[in-house]
Amino acid sequence: MNPANRPEMTQRFEAIYNEAVARKKALNESSQPMIYIGMATCGLAAGALETRQSFEQTLLEEDLAAIIRPVGCIGHCYAEPVVIIDHPSSGFPPLFYQQVTPGKAKMLVKSFLAGGDPLFEHVLGAMKANDMVPQVTDFPRFSQEERIVMGKCGLIDPEDIYDYIAEGGYLSLIKALTLSQDEIIKEIKNSGLRGRGGAGFLTGRKWGLAKDAQGLKKFVICNADEGDPGAYMDRTILESNPHQVLEGMAICAYAVGATEAIAYVRSEYPIAVKRVVTAISQAEELGLFGEGAQGFFDIKFSVFKGSGAFVCGEETALIQSLEGNRGMPRHRPPYPVQKGLNGHPTVINNVKTLASVPAIINKGAQWYRDIGARQSPGTAIFSVVGSVVHPGLVEIPMGVTLETLIFDICGGIPNKKGFKAVQIGGPSGGCLPADFLATPIDFDSLSGAGAMMGSGGMVVMDEDTCMVNVARYFVDFTQKESCGKCTFCRIGTRHLLDILDRITKGEGREGDLEQLESLALAIKAGSLCGLGKTAPNPILTSLRYFRDEYEAHIMEKRCPAGMCRKLTAYYIDLDRCARGCDACVGSCPVEAIFTTKNRKKGIDQSLCVKCGECMAACPQQYDAVRKVSPPDKAPVIERPVEE
Amino acid sequence: MVRLVVNDLEIEAEDGISVLEACLNNGIYIPNLCFINGMSSPPVSCRMCFVEIEGEARPVSSCAVKATDGMKVRTDTEQVRGLQRTAFQLLMSVHDVDCGRCPANKRCPLQRIAVFLKVPLRPGRLEKHLKNPDVDNVHPLIDYYPNRCMLCGKCIFVCREKHGQPRMTFAKRGFETVISFYGEKDLSGPACKECLACIDICPVRAIVTKDQAVE
Ligand SMILES: Cc1cc2nc3c(=O)[nH]c(=O)nc-3n(C[C@H](O)[C@H](O)[C@H](O)COP(=O)(O)O)c2cc1C
Repeated sequence: MNPANRPEMTQRFEAIYNEAVARKKALNESSQPMIYIGMATCGLAAGALETRQSFEQTLLEEDLAAIIRPVGCIGHCYAEPVVIIDHPSSGFPPLFYQQVTPGKAKMLVKSFLAGGDPLFEHVLGAMKANDMVPQVTDFPRFSQEERIVMGKCGLIDPEDIYDYIAEGGYLSLIKALTLSQDEIIKEIKNSGLRGRGGAGFLTGRKWGLAKDAQGLKKFVICNADEGDPGAYMDRTILESNPHQVLEGMAICAYAVGATEAIAYVRSEYPIAVKRVVTAISQAEELGLFGEGAQGFFDIKFSVFKGSGAFVCGEETALIQSLEGNRGMPRHRPPYPVQKGLNGHPTVINNVKTLASVPAIINKGAQWYRDIGARQSPGTAIFSVVGSVVHPGLVEIPMGVTLETLIFDICGGIPNKKGFKAVQIGGPSGGCLPADFLATPIDFDSLSGAGAMMGSGGMVVMDEDTCMVNVARYFVDFTQKESCGKCTFCRIGTRHLLDILDRITKGEGREGDLEQLESLALAIKAGSLCGLGKTAPNPILTSLRYFRDEYEAHIMEKRCPAGMCRKLTAYYIDLDRCARGCDACVGSCPVEAIFTTKNRKKGIDQSLCVKCGECMAACPQQYDAVRKVSPPDKAPVIERPVEE
Repeated sequence: MVRLVVNDLEIEAEDGISVLEACLNNGIYIPNLCFINGMSSPPVSCRMCFVEIEGEARPVSSCAVKATDGMKVRTDTEQVRGLQRTAFQLLMSVHDVDCGRCPANKRCPLQRIAVFLKVPLRPGRLEKHLKNPDVDNVHPLIDYYPNRCMLCGKCIFVCREKHGQPRMTFAKRGFETVISFYGEKDLSGPACKECLACIDICPVRAIVTKDQAVE
């Protein structure tokens, strides 16, 4: 960018900004109600498309006018499909509705839009302060969140660049372009921003190294490979507000002197891919960036669809994959900032890292530093899944404790079950027990406890979860996702899996735990890349905190949580079983349930596959199906000889 | 020339070469499987050539570190040997130990490493996993024995050197990873027939011409 053009650039952007504001104003001033429907993958999976059709059809039938705005995801997965209705002439503030099925959509049109009755029983809360309806921010799920990255997610149309600009979007890029490269890097350094892709490397430092690196060409890559099972933060952000990520990439590119920016998105995320592609072409059309002299800033954007290998999220494997090779990590150093894509200096940052950048440039490093924890400023985004009442995406200031996140913000454990453990950081992370609930969520506290921040996957587990089985699950995952290049990861993880397999099947032997431990430590020390170096973490942490559970499996052939099928049995408590009732019989997929002589029920252990369906089917007032471990604790009930 | 100290012995090495090469050139053996002299970016994948270098917290792969003046290296610490023995046992847990019938017998680096590290060729407590079938014979000229192969990748490296675009690659993922050849049509052409560099380089005779499968 030629500095002489700066005043002209500001002027040109002002015209675009004015246009965006005018469009928004026109929308707001049209007396029509606005219906915002969450249409990210999660909303669509919950039926948002059908909900939208129902709104459209009912509006037609009722001959009513309203503007339907598809938006991204607001993060409240438990409430999908989410709809916000802004109906100013009704006198009500914008209202947040949860689980809006097509039927509910129809009712809302008829009652609220036509009749003025907002159907309070379906309202979660109001989106603005008012004196009629409690505000959503009265709930801890809303009040304890702090949204920097996801602030606009679910509130703007991700496929309309003007929506983003009207909310202040791209102002940070324009501001950045009036600063020098060093000024931007200094600001990011001062903000203390750490990479959200897992390791927490200081972003300002990375950018500084890339700027100083010699190269004819430089690249910026946004890492949206997101392969952790159960994690979907990056997908949601790209689907809900792709421009914020592009703006971060553009600022980064300017700061380090890159001429190409690539979004590496896994191809299993077709909606994210489509919205990023749309966003790029819209921004280029407005001349915000683009090749040659047309843009404010000369940069070429593109999207690369990865084939969905977990290991391709590792930065050196990601580069291999971009170069058209098999995604196998290579030794570091050299780091990508020195020698990256096609040998050129390359900055690779996570989606959330890049999406944090515009706000830092806009509001300043000090503002960002004041949020979160001392060594981990800013916010953390988790996809909290598993046994919680309100699963979904949560953005909290760093430093909030695990307890606050799980129990206050996400509503705790459902079905009156007890908390057992929380798995943080996906297959590279660890399982922490209840003793660690007071741990603040930040990079250093979590790794101190043996888990890790990872990229934001969090699985909450209740008392019915077997920790050996959980460790087995994650090792099975990493074993399958290993690239096969280095000895420790390729072969070592398989042996870990062998041992865990045996233990969960009741074939554990003395010495297994010692072998697990020593092999796990060797794999950590000996592996080439982060995948192998962290793959043993779920084993090591569960061995540390739940060793007795492993021992029960090996020594007593007992699964304390009653989860390992080989080690459990179902039986019917004849004192409780109701004569003549056969609720369980039809539920059994293998016809293992028989009728005893006195017309009660028994389970044929030789046929039972331990699916637990009978337990679910048994009427609550009888509650006669029992699960025991080890299986030989089940009383033997003879099947009557058929005549 | 740079001067470094390895196991309390001062050695000289050419500028720019790796610690591994420097040691090997001076008669100090470090177990290694995937490194080829002169490689500019070694795969660092066999995870055998660990050494400890003063100033580094953990053992490092000596093929990936350049030898520098004044560097202090130990090739035989307990930690280094521990990692090497584990790596070796892991490799042996997927290796068909049938030395008597193997064409690599007596010149096999695995045998040499077993003697050097004083570990048996059996994988100890680890379960043995062998692939089935134990030979891939789709290539018109070459047979591939996955249960001999330790995936050092030297064959792919020389193939790329010779032909630019290699005719072979790692295939499948994780534990199932094997070496595999691209499109049969190309393979029977003169390029393979006249080259066979992959056969010469394979240290464990996992890649052999069809007629030398058993020696
Ligand atoms: C096995 C493995 C998988 C990874 N997957 C991802 C991923 O999906 N997304 C990501 O941003 N970083 C991932 N990383 C981390 C990247 O290598 C890299 O550190 C990160 O993208 C840097 O961005 P940041 O500095 O913004 O965190 C992974 C690392 C490993 C070892």
